[in-house]
Amino acid sequence: MSSIPASADRAAIASETKARGGARFWRLKSFARDRAAVFSALFLLVVILGAAFAPLIGHYGPDEADNLARYRPIGTLGHLLGTDQQGRDMLARLLFGGRVSLLVGVAPTLIAGVIGLGLGLIAGFVGGIVDQIVMRCLDVVFAFPMVLLAIAIAGAMRPGVLTEIIAITIVLIPYFGRLARTATQGVTPMPFIEAARAAGGAPVTIMLRYVLPNVFSPVVVYATTLMGLMIVVGAGLSFLGLGVQPPTADWGAMVAEGRVVLRRAAHVTILPGCAILVVSLAFNFLGDGIRDALDPRTIRR
Amino acid sequence: MSAPATLEVSDLRTRFGDASSGSTVVDGVSFTLRAGRTTALVGESGCGKSVTALSLLQLIEPPGEIVSGKVLLDGRDLLALDERGMEKVRGARIGMVFQDPLTSLNPALTIGGQIVETLQAHQRLPRAAAERKAVELLARVGVTNPEQRVHDYPHHFSGGMRQRALIAAAISCSPSVIIADEPTTALDVTVQAKILRLLRDLQTAMGAALLLITHDLGVVAAMADEVLVMYAGRIVERADVDTLFHNPRHPYTKALLACVAGIEDDRRTPLEPIGGSAPDLRNPPNGCRFSPRCPSVRDVCRRWDQPLRAVSADHEAACVLVEREAALV
Amino acid sequence: MASFLIRRLVGVLPVILGVSIVIFLLVQLAPGDATTVLLGPQATEAAKAELRQALGLDQPLPFQYLAWLKRMLSGDFGVGIATQIPVTSLVGPRFLNTLILTFSSLLLAMAIGYSVGLFAALRAHSLFDRLSMSVALLAGSAPPFWLGLILVLLFAIELRWLPVSGMQDMAGAGGAVDMLRHLVLPTVTTALGPAAIIARIVRSTVLEALSKPHVRVARAKGLGRAALLRRHVVLNALPPVITITGLQLGYLLGGALLTEVVFAWPGLGSLLYDSITARDLPVIQATALVVALSFVLANIAVDMINVILDPRLREA
Repeated sequence: MSSIPASADRAAIASETKARGGARFWRLKSFARDRAAVFSALFLLVVILGAAFAPLIGHYGPDEADNLARYRPIGTLGHLLGTDQQGRDMLARLLFGGRVSLLVGVAPTLIAGVIGLGLGLIAGFVGGIVDQIVMRCLDVVFAFPMVLLAIAIAGAMRPGVLTEIIAITIVLIPYFGRLARTATQGVTPMPFIEAARAAGGAPVTIMLRYVLPNVFSPVVVYATTLMGLMIVVGAGLSFLGLGVQPPTADWGAMVAEGRVVLRRAAHVTILPGCAILVVSLAFNFLGDGIRDALDPRTIRR
Repeated sequence: MSAPATLEVSDLRTRFGDASSGSTVVDGVSFTLRAGRTTALVGESGCGKSVTALSLLQLIEPPGEIVSGKVLLDGRDLLALDERGMEKVRGARIGMVFQDPLTSLNPALTIGGQIVETLQAHQRLPRAAAERKAVELLARVGVTNPEQRVHDYPHHFSGGMRQRALIAAAISCSPSVIIADEPTTALDVTVQAKILRLLRDLQTAMGAALLLITHDLGVVAAMADEVLVMYAGRIVERADVDTLFHNPRHPYTKALLACVAGIEDDRRTPLEPIGGSAPDLRNPPNGCRFSPRCPSVRDVCRRWDQPLRAVSADHEAACVLVEREAALV
Repeated sequence: MASFLIRRLVGVLPVILGVSIVIFLLVQLAPGDATTVLLGPQATEAAKAELRQALGLDQPLPFQYLAWLKRMLSGDFGVGIATQIPVTSLVGPRFLNTLILTFSSLLLAMAIGYSVGLFAALRAHSLFDRLSMSVALLAGSAPPFWLGLILVLLFAIELRWLPVSGMQDMAGAGGAVDMLRHLVLPTVTTALGPAAIIARIVRSTVLEALSKPHVRVARAKGLGRAALLRRHVVLNALPPVITITGLQLGYLLGGALLTEVVFAWPGLGSLLYDSITARDLPVIQATALVVALSFVLANIAVDMINVILDPRLREA
């Protein structure tokens, strides 16, 4: 869990403005060379599928308490990853919990991405007083440490998945906004935009057809990296009890529940944390891979 | 040989990469620098001139390494020195001026600071004395208002002035050898002449040996006493400047001169580019390295590498034709 | 320098204003009537009516905000619902505890991050480099609250070297040593994430600084290794490092909250958590405000340091 490093901004912007068509093929080949990124992409696919098809995997439901099978360690027959203090199957809980945790990481990032992209585009393209107002508003959110604001917002509302999503979305919008604005400011003064203006294009059209495609790539790279971080943040909110309520499974909430039995059955805490860690890492590598694939300097034929 | 030898380089070899797959970018270079004389090292980009200069100061970093050779400064072999020993030589006995004055200066330190640090690295001067000396040095290299400008940062200086400041740092400890690696290439033409004149004046006043590395034959004509022509890691011709321009003997030298428009040439005199391109030193050609591109190539050139042959007392060229022409005389 | 500081402080005023608006709006987010939210479900009708009056709750929102702002500026932050203690006296001592944790974490993160990053850059591509960067990647991606629990498992439960949680006052039974014992695990937990990020940034900026031409020029002048590193590498690598370190402050101030909960460290973070659980909005507001203001001021301080280090920024 961390604040968004400014280096991610700079790195993302470094992949601006590309030639189209033929370049896409080389970009894919370049991506394919990054084994960590490819592996991560496949891994995430497996995780997502596992979470989506959770009911079809294994014998147990996530909420099936079994008093006779409590505290089973990893590797027990029938409970591959053991059980928790209520006898619930850990594997099932991880898979079902993955649904919530992934949703809480991915959804706000996408929503904030769209909103932030829009705001940044407008601010960067129109400039002037509009830019000042938008950036000032975003600065206000930047004035809060990200995690704290998310917690404060989520804490003020009723606990639940929607609360978490809303809180994280609000907190993320400025980061996308700032990135999109900087990228837009890089593209707007370019000659081909002037040419489009001179040809009599309406500003909105120009923004969407010419500026947006060039701003898109840094935003996509950023979003991928952020998804990993937001899964951690979301887990943090759940850990504090601001998300789903028991008995619903969610990785962060599972860590909190496992905390009580840390001495007796450490795996109840260790497993969900590992899940968060591994998924976050995978998004990290994936983001790096996409960034390198889009950066013209690293494309090798 | 009038002046005594200050720096003698013998058979210097510097390689990048390992023995099997690397390229020996400086391959058996030998020359002598003498006090008060300007020696120009000429060649195309990539021929190894800069690497030669860096090798003299042991500034080559992995994957490059100096493989063999001797560099005798007043009798002592520099290549035998360890890093500590070299630190005493660099800046104090040999001063170096680099190509791009903008990137050669640390933007976070003052101009004065970057001169003072050279002084303090070699002389036990109290800070105030070193600063005064820095002001003197700036004045000496032609920076106006040195008392104020010594506190300025590099971004306040123009390109020419930055180079002057760098020269000031390079000569601050009165070295006996000055190496200038393309000192004017990054500067405006009007400034180039001034900087060259400055170097000349300083050299004369200090009685130092100047090694001037350049690809610009105009600079060579204006500044050099002696010229070394380098191609593909080797010296292919050595002569004093007048002889080189009027009686070049190596086909490469002749071709270089033909590339450049003389001031008397008119539009009808064609510029003759040299066909082909420089060899890949990972796999140098058998025989003479210039043979693939040489207009006067003979069979023997392709088979046997040509050593430097004396044309006269002060003139050598690495070409078989020297022998043949001598035989004809 | 002074003018820079004044300009920054003035520039930040609208942001602080905005911050106060956001915190004010938190109440609006909460479900239920504002008076119930602020006074708690046990409040009497009379108390509610009084508060309604004081805050002008029948008035349109902007007026409410101004009334609230007036209260704030006169020092009245209300009373904690659960405790009925004035919020200011609740927040004060907790703030100090959080500062202790935050500063020691920051120092530890800097110590580990700078040294590991510098060493990795100077020995680029070596085993140490690759190993340390891999560890940094893991530490930076792991959820800190979970890391904290792992550390507790290892050091407090299995090895029994350190206490599981809590904090002892220096005035308490064990004195300073005991406080330090209780400080170790929370500090390490909080510091790991930022240390990892700092190490990676230090490594990349030092590598970039090392490749700059003026480093070779300085070497050619005969500068020794120490002066070379100090004046031409580290000095130039510092600005982005300082900026990133400053950014970590944001995490430390806010995210250390989770560590405080895990280790029951009595700081602002655990106060926030308790007040969230108790739906004690006045305390939530005050805590958020304190943290946000500290963060804003800390960022200005970081900018000042940056300006001192890089003369080119002074004209900006």
